[in-house]
Amino acid sequence: MMIGLGHYLTVAAILFTLGIFGIFLNRRNVIIILMSIELILLAVNLNFVAFSTFLHDMVGQLFAMFVLTVAAAEAAIGLAILVVYFRNRGTIAVEDINQMKG
Amino acid sequence: MIIQALAFYVFAAVCIGSGIMVISARNPVHSVLFLILAFFNAAGLFVLMGAEFLAMILVVVYVGAVAVLFLFVVMMLDIDFLELRRGVLQYLPIGVTIGLILLIELIFFAASIWQIAPEAANALGAPTPPTAEASNTAALGQLIYTDYILLFQTAGLILLVAMVGAIVLTLRAREGVRRQVIGRQIGRRRELSVEIRKVPTRGGV
Amino acid sequence: MYAAIVFLPLAGAIIAGLFGRLIGDRASQLVTCGAMALAAALGIVLFVDVALGGANRTVDLSNWISSGSFEVAWALRFDTLSAVMVSMVALVSACIHVYSIGYMSHDPSIPRFMSYLSLFTFSMLMLVTSDNFVQLFFGWEGVGLCSYLLIGFWYDRPSANAAAIKAFVVNRIGDFSFALGIFFVFKLYDAVGFDTVFAATPEKVNIYDHFLGYDVHALTAVCILLFIGAMGKSAQIGLHTWLPDAMEGPTPVSALIHAATMVTAGVFMVCRLSPMFEFAPDALAVVTVVGATTAIFAATIGLVQPDIKRVIAYSTCSQLGYMFFAAGVSAYGAAMFHLITHAFFKALLFLGSGSVIHAMSGEQDMFKMGGLGRHIKITYVVMWIGSLALGGVPPFAGFWSKDTMLDAALLSGSSVGLYAYWLGVAAAILTAFYSWRLLFLTFHGKPRADHHTMEHVHESPPVMMVPLYILSVGAIVAGGLGFHYFVGEGHTEFWRDSLFVLPEHDVLSKMGGEWPDFIGLPTIVAVIGIVAAYVAYIRLPDLPSRFAATFRTLYLFLLNKWYFDEIYDAVFVRPALFIGRGLWRTGDGAIIDGLGPDGIATTARNLARWVSARQTGYVYHYAFAMLIGVVVIMSWYLYRRIG
Repeated sequence: MMIGLGHYLTVAAILFTLGIFGIFLNRRNVIIILMSIELILLAVNLNFVAFSTFLHDMVGQLFAMFVLTVAAAEAAIGLAILVVYFRNRGTIAVEDINQMKG
Repeated sequence: MIIQALAFYVFAAVCIGSGIMVISARNPVHSVLFLILAFFNAAGLFVLMGAEFLAMILVVVYVGAVAVLFLFVVMMLDIDFLELRRGVLQYLPIGVTIGLILLIELIFFAASIWQIAPEAANALGAPTPPTAEASNTAALGQLIYTDYILLFQTAGLILLVAMVGAIVLTLRAREGVRRQVIGRQIGRRRELSVEIRKVPTRGGV
Repeated sequence: MYAAIVFLPLAGAIIAGLFGRLIGDRASQLVTCGAMALAAALGIVLFVDVALGGANRTVDLSNWISSGSFEVAWALRFDTLSAVMVSMVALVSACIHVYSIGYMSHDPSIPRFMSYLSLFTFSMLMLVTSDNFVQLFFGWEGVGLCSYLLIGFWYDRPSANAAAIKAFVVNRIGDFSFALGIFFVFKLYDAVGFDTVFAATPEKVNIYDHFLGYDVHALTAVCILLFIGAMGKSAQIGLHTWLPDAMEGPTPVSALIHAATMVTAGVFMVCRLSPMFEFAPDALAVVTVVGATTAIFAATIGLVQPDIKRVIAYSTCSQLGYMFFAAGVSAYGAAMFHLITHAFFKALLFLGSGSVIHAMSGEQDMFKMGGLGRHIKITYVVMWIGSLALGGVPPFAGFWSKDTMLDAALLSGSSVGLYAYWLGVAAAILTAFYSWRLLFLTFHGKPRADHHTMEHVHESPPVMMVPLYILSVGAIVAGGLGFHYFVGEGHTEFWRDSLFVLPEHDVLSKMGGEWPDFIGLPTIVAVIGIVAAYVAYIRLPDLPSRFAATFRTLYLFLLNKWYFDEIYDAVFVRPALFIGRGLWRTGDGAIIDGLGPDGIATTARNLARWVSARQTGYVYHYAFAMLIGVVVIMSWYLYRRIG
């Protein structure tokens, strides 16, 4: 059966939701959050490329590349922050990040 | 066709499965490894769609750099197997509900019948050249280095900033480590470092 | 000059009230009694000049309200009716002021008492000399207020406070109806002055008002509304519950207010408004029925009361019923005649009972008295005179007026008149019975009080006895002397136009001024009553208790005043308190306070606390909130797109 645009978009949607779940339903550590963000970005990339293919437009893939770039930069910075945080607090459990409690 | 469909379903299923495992694995190292698997399968999906350059970039950058970075950090921080804390159960129902609502709405849109409008052909930003004329990589390159050169350079700048930022954040000044201080080296004065002493024969210093 | 009669008591009240503490007890008494004595003397002059001499006048004092067509002025109207009332009120009030000097001599607040008495007299005089409805209402309310102040004079007694409030509240119900009547009068006549209204009444006879789907005869409605006000003030059946409890006040108060003056204001009002009532025969019929019913009703309760003052109070209530039914059969002159004679002998009875209570060191229960006759002889004689007058024994004052009233009811020819006649005769028996019951229980037989109290029994000082003498004279001769003028041959030229009677209703003229039969039916039944009381309380002393035991339900029914208080309590007081409490707790407390200040404050605090609780400090909570927002926006757009 023909794999249409909808199929790819569905896969992307599911990955996106999984990324969302990963952010809120994890009670373990912050790395999981960062990985979930990567999943979300992956889903977005999938969307872009799918549309690019079916519209025969290169711009989609171009943009996906830029997304990739930014994702890499953001992952690097995020991990750097995490490392510094770990140095200061000694833990990266999500529950313990509550110093902004109002 | 059948191969295409089969390949799609295999790649999709494994991708989603590993996505699930990323967020629910107990061992963080396992999480990272499942993330790598997810990236590989996404790259496969990209290949299926005809964006082979992007697929390779995905593998090289994401898997080769980002995921490896994750692995470094996970291992460096020596994170324990953390038990599922009790707090998650409190938010599980509502979180799942919200997520399911989101998923259903997304799929509602995604899986609906998509029709390309006839005007769309004229409104393309950059029409894909046929494969005979230029490969995917060439086509992408033709676009990047001409119309979108500024964005390309900006992306490079972003990466530069990220690199600098990461170093700045994590660099620690350690006590007791001797370092070259070029300024001091150059600023050495003859008077402070050399002194002439008259040494008598057979005398010693 | 006659305006001074009205304002002298006011002056006395102000001086004693505001400066009483400054000038001292003795001076307050002197000022108020002096003012009252002068007013009483002027009152007699007024009576001779206006009532006997025929010199009617109206003294305009000043303008009061002038609002569109609603014009009210302060004016004193001196015609026969008001002259009769003024002279009686002033005289009786003066006697009671003097009596109070002796009775209240040990009281700590003498100036206040004298001031209240004078203030009351001023209000009553304003009431009877008023020239318009609003001034009448001013006096009406004034006497109500003073009644409240005087009943609750000993304000440290909770029972006195309760009785004062009860009197005021029950009066209020009547006053409310009275006010409605005045509003209706203004609506009908576009004026409230008596002259204007009386002149315009014959034209308003056929006006029917449409009210709540019924066609109501306007004049009848007005008269009935006003009469309900009179019912409240004069303690007729239904609005009578306050009178016996009003005995909580000092005895002079009972004598003045609840015998001679305030309670007679209702009768006075009906007579003053005779030009209106005559054209509303249905209202007159209502007046007759209510009066007659009250007469018998109060008499039955008086049969079994143990408190000496309450017996006399119910007697007042009953006699007022007589006056009303006389007015109801258009014998206004007879009603006024009985009002005057009743003022004398009832005040006499009250003051005499005050003398008894004073002698018994405050004891009011007749079953604890007895055998006082030989100790306080003058009081005994005085009480006999009062009772003979009350019972209608010739030639004492009550005989003349009571028999005239009964004859008028009989001769009126109407069915309500006949009803009134027979009930009046029945009440006469009971009146005689309970009056002599009082005499025998108090003064005859063996003393039932303890030795200590009996030793203290002494006659009252002269300052208390002289008023009794004056009133006794009135109780003996007022009837015989006044007959000719009030109801006899000279009654038309005596009353002139202060009382108006339609020719077809004029029963007094029909009676032609003949003296009542000395051995008529009322006299016979009075003697029967006296003999019955003699038998029950002297000859066979255990007869009453055996009677009470045999007819226990009837006895309790009468003793508990036909359970009116209990019925009112259950039907009006409890629901009102329930509603009030409900409105206070739920309505005011829960709803208004809850939704208003308290509610808003609590809600603000809770809201703030809730919002503050959202700041958990966990970033993933914040991210979750963002996600929820995203989902909401997405769902909204989806919904819009589909819908």
